[in-house]
Amino acid sequence: MTRLLVGPFNRVEGDLEVTLDIDDGRVTSARVNAPMYRGFEQILQGKNPHDALVYVPRICGICSVSQSVACARALASLGGIAPPPNGQHVTNVMLATENLADHLTHFYLFFMPDFTRPVYARQPWHAEALRRFAPQTGEQTRAAIAARQRWFTLLGTLAGKWPHTQSVEAGGSTRPVEAAERIRLLAKVREFRSFLERELFAAPLELITGLDSEQALWDWHAQDPWRGDFRLFLSMVQSAGLASLGSGPGRYLSYGAYPQPGGGFEFGSGVWLASTGSLMPLDVSGIREDATHAWLSDAAGPRHPVEGITLPDIDKPDAYTWNKAPRLAGQVIETGAIARQLAAAHPLVLDAVRRHGGTVFTRVLARVLELARVVPMMENWLRQLQPNAPYCVPSPAFTEGVGVGLSEAARGSLGHWVVASRGRIANYQIVAPTTWNFSPRDKAGTAGALEQALEGALVQPGEATPVSVQHIVRSFDPCMVCTVH
Amino acid sequence: MTNPAFNVLWLQSGGCGGCSMSLLCADTTDFHGHLRDAGIHLLWHPSLSLESGHELIGLLEQIVSGQVRLDALCIEGSLLRGPHGSGRFHVLAGTGIPMIHWVRQLAAQARHVVAVGSCAAWGGVTAGGSNPTDACGLQYEDDRPGGLLGSEFRSASGLPVINIAGCPTHPGWVIDSLMALASETLGDADLDTLGRPRFYADQLVHHGCTRNEYYEYKASAEKPSDLGCMMEHRGCKGTQVHADCNTRLWNGEGSCTRGGYACIACTEPGFQEPGHPFHETPKFAGIPIGLPTDMPKAWFVALASLSKSATPRRVKLNAVADHLVVAPLARKTRLK
Repeated sequence: MTRLLVGPFNRVEGDLEVTLDIDDGRVTSARVNAPMYRGFEQILQGKNPHDALVYVPRICGICSVSQSVACARALASLGGIAPPPNGQHVTNVMLATENLADHLTHFYLFFMPDFTRPVYARQPWHAEALRRFAPQTGEQTRAAIAARQRWFTLLGTLAGKWPHTQSVEAGGSTRPVEAAERIRLLAKVREFRSFLERELFAAPLELITGLDSEQALWDWHAQDPWRGDFRLFLSMVQSAGLASLGSGPGRYLSYGAYPQPGGGFEFGSGVWLASTGSLMPLDVSGIREDATHAWLSDAAGPRHPVEGITLPDIDKPDAYTWNKAPRLAGQVIETGAIARQLAAAHPLVLDAVRRHGGTVFTRVLARVLELARVVPMMENWLRQLQPNAPYCVPSPAFTEGVGVGLSEAARGSLGHWVVASRGRIANYQIVAPTTWNFSPRDKAGTAGALEQALEGALVQPGEATPVSVQHIVRSFDPCMVCTVH
Repeated sequence: MTNPAFNVLWLQSGGCGGCSMSLLCADTTDFHGHLRDAGIHLLWHPSLSLESGHELIGLLEQIVSGQVRLDALCIEGSLLRGPHGSGRFHVLAGTGIPMIHWVRQLAAQARHVVAVGSCAAWGGVTAGGSNPTDACGLQYEDDRPGGLLGSEFRSASGLPVINIAGCPTHPGWVIDSLMALASETLGDADLDTLGRPRFYADQLVHHGCTRNEYYEYKASAEKPSDLGCMMEHRGCKGTQVHADCNTRLWNGEGSCTRGGYACIACTEPGFQEPGHPFHETPKFAGIPIGLPTDMPKAWFVALASLSKSATPRRVKLNAVADHLVVAPLARKTRLK
């Protein structure tokens, strides 16, 4: 057996290190380390609860709106208020803008460049991969950055700036939209739709969202296997074996995405179990964070976030990361676009996951599918804005009590738990998507989702940073700064 | 013969990565082409490079040993000195070496050292609250000179650390700074007393604020989403804060005040601990404590009370509404 220390990973958000035990060319065991700690949960102690809306977006520069939305929902639940319909719709548009930008960034800037590596030089698509996805020079990489820049102008209008807006409030949005602005916003969404339909899919979004089985997907692919960047990816899935690479734990969590003013979600909530192929209702009271293998105090044992403690303990034996190990009813969970699309029962993702499980292929598939599904929803929410109706209700003083804010970031389920006492934050705990996915082992020694997914990965002779490991790690679209906050 | 490329290495430590994500929003149709045309070569960037793991470590070692020329070391995020000065709150993955040691070694080789964002400049939000990680900036700890590299530090160019402060920093501030460095047109006189490039730090956020008419009449917003001036009640510091946010807009057409929320002074040292709730204006005897720095207080109070008594009904009513409730009259003014 040999041991390999892999890091720093790039094209993930933040710093990441993975320790691999390798036997006979396969990973037998993996340990995932988030090697940086900042201590937001400590920084927030004693603050005015409303100030959390300034601090928490700064947990993460790639999904700051997600952090804001979870915080705003936690404060709204603490204060017993709800945004008016305009505030709800605009918040959804802001969150969706960021989530889709993250999906786009992941596909073009973070994930696809690995297929330009020399290890794939013999593949028939390698020259095409270089032409499209070579970092800094690839045609599609550059086009995607330009599309992303234009896309974020939506948040210039709605959020003042991105990242780190403060326009997301517990009571809605501070930025009312005028009638003429709404027309311009719709035009910008159409511009992005056009990029996706021309470059990524080379097909109408409705054709993609209408694919109702894996067979339908491959039939469409076979019509013109390299036309559009998504179909080129599908060609790589076949030849690089991505459909069987990186199997996760088979339990998928979604808190529900894009709540609607009348109640309910655009993408529903729940825990989807591969073992039964069915969706179970969500019970967040069963969440516990286990800090056995984190450089954090675990004297009090695994705790629900309302009672969570985050205190560094850097010389702890057996610890190997700053990340706690969250568990739902004691079990390891995977979260992300794949979990949302399973909870939302999209037939293509259901079919693909039933065949392959959660793998590099199905994770990317679900993410790309969301690009196609959410853009038309955004058009719909913008059309529903009532220009002269309120966008925000004032916040109360947030003096006493407990608030819970659950949201879906691009990378999966994000939860904030706040406890206020005498007008101050007595406790604030955050469980981010990559906290779930890149969890270390728990007290029982059970490996986290990525740790499980890496077991069995192929390590070719001489590889110091194995390409299969890179595909698996990046298929989760990890965000390390969120993970350890 | 063309000049050799201006080599830039970009590393992240105790921050959120938001300055990198902001950078990609730079106002250009071809981000990488824009840099290349300016002669800028990204040796490595965490979000934009192919090289991972051992490939990057090899590059860092080559820079430290002087084999690869480093023209600008860009550091994003604060420097985490804790616990107990060990730097173990951020050990660079794959190396077993604390990031602060890497930064010290690389800074010693760099022609320019650039702090990208308020974390790298002053410590920023990471140094908030109890500052659990003992976070600081490259050459400042809030407004106190020192930081990781010390107040005497000068890079090979002779300049101190260039503080492109902001949370996040504006992509234009970064691109313009790098282009000026690459063309050797940024010197000591182009930095303000806190090491910030003066092309944006000699402006105030207040300049170009679309709420100016409300400011003139002290017609003030009272709750989030109100249209009025946010200085009197909502904590806005735009009249005192150095940055061109309302003339060089964000993401096409935004700014904090245009987005309906207060300027929290994110380009200024120590902004993370204002000593009051961010969304409330601290006052003494009903008068905001933080007045424009170059205006005598008595004059401000006198002018404010005069302008309040002269506020048009339209401005007074719109200030506390979330959309125009009274439009300006349309009538012939016989302007000549």
